[in-house]
Amino acid sequence: MKHTISVLVENHFGVLARVVGLFSARGFNIDSLAVGETHDPTVSRMTIVVHGDDRIVEQIIKQLNKLIDVIKVEDLSQGEIIDRELVLVKVKADTAVRNEVMQIVNTFRAKIVDVNPESLAIEVTGGESKIDAMLELLAPFQILETVRTGLIALARRKALEAPPQYPQQKKDTQKAKTRAGASGKRVNVTK
Amino acid sequence: MKLTGAQILIKCLEKEGVEYVFGLPGGAILPTFDALYDSKLKFILVRHEQGATHMADGYARATGRTGVCLVTSGPGATNTVTGLATAFMDSVPVVCITGQVATHAIGSDAFQEADVVGITRPVTKHNYLVKDVKDLARIVREAFYIAKTGRPGPVLIDFPVDVSRAEMEFEWPENIYIRSYDPSPADSTDLSKAQIEKAAKAIMESKRPCLYVGGGAVVSGAHTEILELVEKTGIPITTTVLGLGVFPETHPSSLRMLGMHGTHYANYSVQNSDLLIAVGARFDDRVTGKIDKFAPHAKIIHADIDPASISKVVKVHYPIIGDIKPILKALNGLVGDLRPQMKDWLAQIEAWKKKHPLKYDQSGDQIRQEYVIEKIGELTKHKAVVTTGVGQHQMWTAQWYGFTKPRSMITSGGLGTMGYGFPSSIGAKLGRPDETVICIDGDGSFQMTLCELATAAYYKVGVKVFIMDNAHHGMVRQWQELFYRRRYSGCELGPSNPNFTKVAEGFGILAIRVEEKGQVIPAIEKALAHEGPVLVHVLVAKEDNVYPMVPAGHALDQVMDMA
Ligand SMILES: Cc1ncc(C[n+]2csc(CCOP(=O)(O)OP(=O)(O)O)c2C)c(N)n1
Repeated sequence: MKHTISVLVENHFGVLARVVGLFSARGFNIDSLAVGETHDPTVSRMTIVVHGDDRIVEQIIKQLNKLIDVIKVEDLSQGEIIDRELVLVKVKADTAVRNEVMQIVNTFRAKIVDVNPESLAIEVTGGESKIDAMLELLAPFQILETVRTGLIALARRKALEAPPQYPQQKKDTQKAKTRAGASGKRVNVTK
Repeated sequence: MKLTGAQILIKCLEKEGVEYVFGLPGGAILPTFDALYDSKLKFILVRHEQGATHMADGYARATGRTGVCLVTSGPGATNTVTGLATAFMDSVPVVCITGQVATHAIGSDAFQEADVVGITRPVTKHNYLVKDVKDLARIVREAFYIAKTGRPGPVLIDFPVDVSRAEMEFEWPENIYIRSYDPSPADSTDLSKAQIEKAAKAIMESKRPCLYVGGGAVVSGAHTEILELVEKTGIPITTTVLGLGVFPETHPSSLRMLGMHGTHYANYSVQNSDLLIAVGARFDDRVTGKIDKFAPHAKIIHADIDPASISKVVKVHYPIIGDIKPILKALNGLVGDLRPQMKDWLAQIEAWKKKHPLKYDQSGDQIRQEYVIEKIGELTKHKAVVTTGVGQHQMWTAQWYGFTKPRSMITSGGLGTMGYGFPSSIGAKLGRPDETVICIDGDGSFQMTLCELATAAYYKVGVKVFIMDNAHHGMVRQWQELFYRRRYSGCELGPSNPNFTKVAEGFGILAIRVEEKGQVIPAIEKALAHEGPVLVHVLVAKEDNVYPMVPAGHALDQVMDMA
């Protein structure tokens, strides 16, 4: 089964390598991976799509949780999700078939982003099934190139609990009154 | 007052209560060694950085405190990889500080540059590159905190030379806070309380329970709780190689070690149990044998601090996540005497014990390793700290020493690192100077790190090293005998082994050679009576096999034994 895992991580250098290294070291396959900063610049969100039986996915999530730089992990497939991917496709389309291709583009509410005498570049966003369906219809025209961002996703109703903030950061954001109820664990180590 | 990064690092180590630093200098770490020169930290100069990591590891396992090593960049750092991996696999708290080229030179293939953070990522619990001296004190504090808490492990700090020279006002971070690290996932105590109650109920209803205890119980310091649990309930108990000593093997409820070279009765008990109570253990394949035939009739309770080890290998019915000691304390309050309902079970186990005791061939003139180890056990009253290399001698030590105290068996269980035994014994002895520390080593394993004889000699570290010289990579030879039609490919050491007593004497260490059975006991006595380091070279039987043995890929009760 496919799982879409959302991972909030510290926005440090090397964190991506840790996460990716964990997958390769344990022989887990990544279907897609998308990473970007969140509205909190100290935190990045990775959306990782994997497939595997539940035991493997459970193990992946536990191992991710063990990484020190990982703040939160959630298997979004547990609930309803909004997921999107952006794909750029270059399709062979001379004047003879151009209209046909444009019709497909319109049907999927995709966009033509570049026109050449021999080809069209198309931008499409959507969930997996929409994108697959469109690529299937375009295939007979000969696809010259594709590039996909990888899936990004959010839970539909419930927000992932905001990560706890560092004291310094709290001061900075208090004015903006964000992040109420952030729960962190304070650790006092005294000898 | 402004301090350099190097001075700050040393100050932080002092503040962390570090006693010993094991290491070896080089260009990129020279400012730090310069600061060390003024410090009251005790520095142990090793001959090879692998030795430094094993010493730090042995120190940590023997004392429960974090071991520290300090080495240079490039080759110094890459030499620590085996030691870090060893500590990582066995959850040992070690902080390793490696020099690094200057920050502006990183990535330029500078002299003695290596991507140490990249290389060690998979073999450390966490690692850091210090890019700014402002972060240094916090990083050191976090490193010690991460190494020691939760499931412990090694942490590496890569320390560029320019950062070690940069100056700033030193400020010790009293409190640290890592928002993304929660070392005690069980702090949601209500949950684990409910789980403990369920587990207690399962225990009270079981007819054929068996305790299976691993290194996690040693780390947690739960030996008294384990003893209480066993004495209260009467449940028989077996341990893994890393769990040895957490429960006295002299106790009637002890089944001794389980697994590939475990006792028949430990393995039979696990296989026939209706409830397996796993405590701080991780179902390693050397323990479980063929996994789909493992403990086929048992429901499984698994208490562990690492949520990721729950249901990783076998499906667990009653997971309890958290520190072992408080878990067992709570559990002990909920269970009672099971002996009446275990009557048949205990009788069965007694019968197995009678029918299949651990045994070895005592006839003949050859010196058997089992004999030597048994005698070492007796003459040290089963109370010494024992370290080993990897191979037959390691398994025989596990079988024949007779461990009675926690933190007394120090061995590379997870990675199986030959060469671990001797340097780790040095670390252990420095950590526990008042106790007898013995290294039982193979001729192969010992030669991997024997350069540390210089370290033992120079610092007068009174370890007693017994080299079980069977002229082979004995464990390899055993497998080749049993599974490769005696085609002894690359396992013979005899013709090229050095004269071990001469080697030791060359380093200025007392050496004793034992060629006959009658010399064994006097040699052990002499070694134990000697203050400083001793090497005892024992010429043991060349072609002897470790039994019982469950061949890899077989069920735990498919045991091979000697004829
Ligand atoms: C660093 C390392 N290299 C190779 C091995 C594989 N190996 C496991 S046991 C063994 C033989 C060990 O020989 P020795 O130390 O003489 O011990 P013995 O088995 O003879 O008691 C070898 C080569 C290992 N465990 N570690």
